[in-house]
Amino acid sequence: MKRHLPGLLLLLLLALPAQAQEDFAAAVSALSGGFAQKAEAVERLGASGDPRALPVLRTLADGRLLMRPDGSVLLPTENGAVDAATGAPADAAGAEPVRINNRVRAALRGALGRLSIVSTDPAERLAAAEAVFRSRSAENIPLLETAIARETDPAVRAQMELALAASRLVAADEDAKRAAIVQLGRAGTAEARALLLEARRDSPVLAAEVDTAVAVIDRQLALKRAAATLFQGLSLGSVLLLAALGLAVTFGVMGVINMAHGEFVMLGAYTTFVVQEICRPVPWLLPWSLPLSVPAAFLVAALAGVLLERGLIRHLYGRPLETLLMTFGVGMILQQAVRLTFGAQNREVLSPAWMQGTLMLPGDIAVTQNRLWIIIFGLLVLGLVVAAIRYTRFGLEMRAVTQNRRIAATMGIRTGQVDALTFAFGSGVAGMAGVALSQIDNVSPNLGTGYIIDSFMVVVFGGVGSLAGTLVGALSLGVVNKVLEPYAGAVLAKVAVLVALMLFIQRRPRGLFAQKGRAAEA
Amino acid sequence: MSATLSAPVPAARARMTLRLALLGIVLVLALLPVLNRLPVESALYVSDFTVSVTGKWITYAILALAIDLAWGYAGILSLGHGAFFALGGYAIGMHLMRLIGPRGVYGHPTLPDFMVFLGYERLPWYWHGFEHFPFALLMAMAVPGLLALVVGFLAFRSRITGVYFSILTQAMTYALMLAFFRNDMGFGGNNGFTDFKELLGMPLNTPDARAVLFYASLATLAGSFWLCAHVTRSKLGRVLIAIRDSESRVRFLGYNVTAHKLFVFVLSAVLAGLAGALYVPQVGIINPSEFSPGNSIEAVIWVAVGGRGTLLGALLGAFSVNALKTWLTTEAPELWLFALGGLFIAVTLLLPRGLIGLLRKDEG
Repeated sequence: MKRHLPGLLLLLLLALPAQAQEDFAAAVSALSGGFAQKAEAVERLGASGDPRALPVLRTLADGRLLMRPDGSVLLPTENGAVDAATGAPADAAGAEPVRINNRVRAALRGALGRLSIVSTDPAERLAAAEAVFRSRSAENIPLLETAIARETDPAVRAQMELALAASRLVAADEDAKRAAIVQLGRAGTAEARALLLEARRDSPVLAAEVDTAVAVIDRQLALKRAAATLFQGLSLGSVLLLAALGLAVTFGVMGVINMAHGEFVMLGAYTTFVVQEICRPVPWLLPWSLPLSVPAAFLVAALAGVLLERGLIRHLYGRPLETLLMTFGVGMILQQAVRLTFGAQNREVLSPAWMQGTLMLPGDIAVTQNRLWIIIFGLLVLGLVVAAIRYTRFGLEMRAVTQNRRIAATMGIRTGQVDALTFAFGSGVAGMAGVALSQIDNVSPNLGTGYIIDSFMVVVFGGVGSLAGTLVGALSLGVVNKVLEPYAGAVLAKVAVLVALMLFIQRRPRGLFAQKGRAAEA
Repeated sequence: MSATLSAPVPAARARMTLRLALLGIVLVLALLPVLNRLPVESALYVSDFTVSVTGKWITYAILALAIDLAWGYAGILSLGHGAFFALGGYAIGMHLMRLIGPRGVYGHPTLPDFMVFLGYERLPWYWHGFEHFPFALLMAMAVPGLLALVVGFLAFRSRITGVYFSILTQAMTYALMLAFFRNDMGFGGNNGFTDFKELLGMPLNTPDARAVLFYASLATLAGSFWLCAHVTRSKLGRVLIAIRDSESRVRFLGYNVTAHKLFVFVLSAVLAGLAGALYVPQVGIINPSEFSPGNSIEAVIWVAVGGRGTLLGALLGAFSVNALKTWLTTEAPELWLFALGGLFIAVTLLLPRGLIGLLRKDEG
């Protein structure tokens, strides 16, 4: 690439208008003059918005720019040097570095800051445009105009245009100001709003225009806030959904109350941690440790579920209160066992690169990637559970046993085996939820306790035994929580939701999606 | 299935044994503060620690009685009784805070330290009246009672029973815990209340105060026991047991199930509040962690271990589990949760009638 640099510069040179070329050459050769001349030349180059000025000024700032006794300025390359003004190859023999003083350095800082708006790196250009937007001064207008004419990246261009509008707002031209106000209004950001209000103070003549623009912004901002709240609500809802889905199987379908459910979620999260530690020595495997954790967590939690069901819960069928107490004890033991094995402090589970960062949805709504993945994952797991119950042999037997155990048994279904499998399935789903929660919550022994009550609420609210109810229940509880939060604070929002839920159960004791017919009598 | 529990009315001989056992327990307990006054060298000397720990257990035993009354007799398993206990504690805690007066760190004449720290100008309205002991004591019973009335009314009216009610009450105590953790609730937030100075004119943390509180707790325990025994043996108690064993049948027979359940639930909550009010001056602190769902369920297991459906069982369970806890948390703290979890499993699977069931095996 470096080898072609002179050629590229030459091409650029040819494409530029003759006037600009002459100005550029004059400014560059002035760099070989006295300090005052140098500083002035640097400022001129900075204001030119000429991309060729960037490498020259950077080299000057590094102290590597060369100067021949004849006054021509040379840009050192990997193998030799080129003439800074023309881009033609040149002989560096006898050249010495161009010296600078503090005044020139100060001029360089300013010029480089403005010139980065024509840098080859789009991210740098974007940052520069944002800086200009914030600093806004009428002096930047010509620079921005040149930069916009050359810009190819639409996002960077939009930001530059905003910066231009902001700069015009402080310029003297009334018409330009009006156009700028409308443009800023369309931008719809809080920053633009602040600029507009400032402009209103400075020139009251424009008050009417500013007010319309601000109203436009306010509408946009309100819409954005609503969208952001909705997303946060859905995100919280998907977490609740994941935590509650397993419960919807063991409690909703089987009618077994398992207070250790939260601990199965916790086991899933720790499985994720263990799988990550196993993958750690193998660099190419590490980014895949999270997907690998999903089946692993399912198996670990399912195994724990089978042991619990066959070993203990089986003996307490038909005694729900005893089951509740017993499984609470199991949860305690699991928590303490994990605490003694892994320590009480939080364990760190890394997010793979493809889950990090934020995604901009149309309309400038920032969405964190891992939250988005959890929503997708929650829906996938829901699909898996629905498919397993509806379309598999196991699901059919499971429904048969829960509807009428004795008739199912006479039809040759091994009810004990089905119980164990169903419980294992629900527990496994809890384990998968743990994989997702390891991404957004602290992996600690009491991870599960924070979710167990909410999960039961979701299942009861949605209607025991209804997966659709669990989905709707989880998402609506999540959204309601997030809608209330700005008014009442996180804790009171939670309390309010709990109270509302109690009142809701008054009206519909069997939840949103009440089962009808014989199944409802259980 | 709950029909497998023991018959509510023990035979005459058993009743006699029960009374004797109870009398024995009360006498032994009543001696403790006296033995505390013996010289340290004496063989019968009982340490301050033992007195205060036993005093604490007595309040736990009242809580256990309250839970047993609702669960053992009426089949209402509340996993939120810790909330009633804590509310009673907070009520008396407010009184104790008011009594500190200008002796606080900030020396404000009326505002407790945490309020000065949080920049309160005046006392919040709900803090008024708590400077009077009778009012605080009344509130220690009335607030839990009212909460139980509201929650119970809403729940029993729409026939929320069994595990649903348990989870509902657990959510209740959980929500209260979250609320009390907030600083702007005006209850000291995270730190709750502590640094109490005196109660009814006697400085706390002296042997005299310990003895007075101990006897007050013991008297309350005896009174509660008498009250519960009275309630459970009355006709009302029979209806409650019938509700426990077959709620719909009782309803079809024309009894007002909701009112019966509501009565016993509120009574139980009032007793729990009273227990909390006796607990706080003895331990010298109350904070929101008392509301944590784990506390409530631990109290339920006392009753299960002792034997639910028998009042003596509740006492036995509260004392034995807490004795085990005190011993184990000093000897091998990391094992305590295993032991507690194990108790949950063992009692539900192997000892559905609790320790009392073991003692009464021959009576059937």
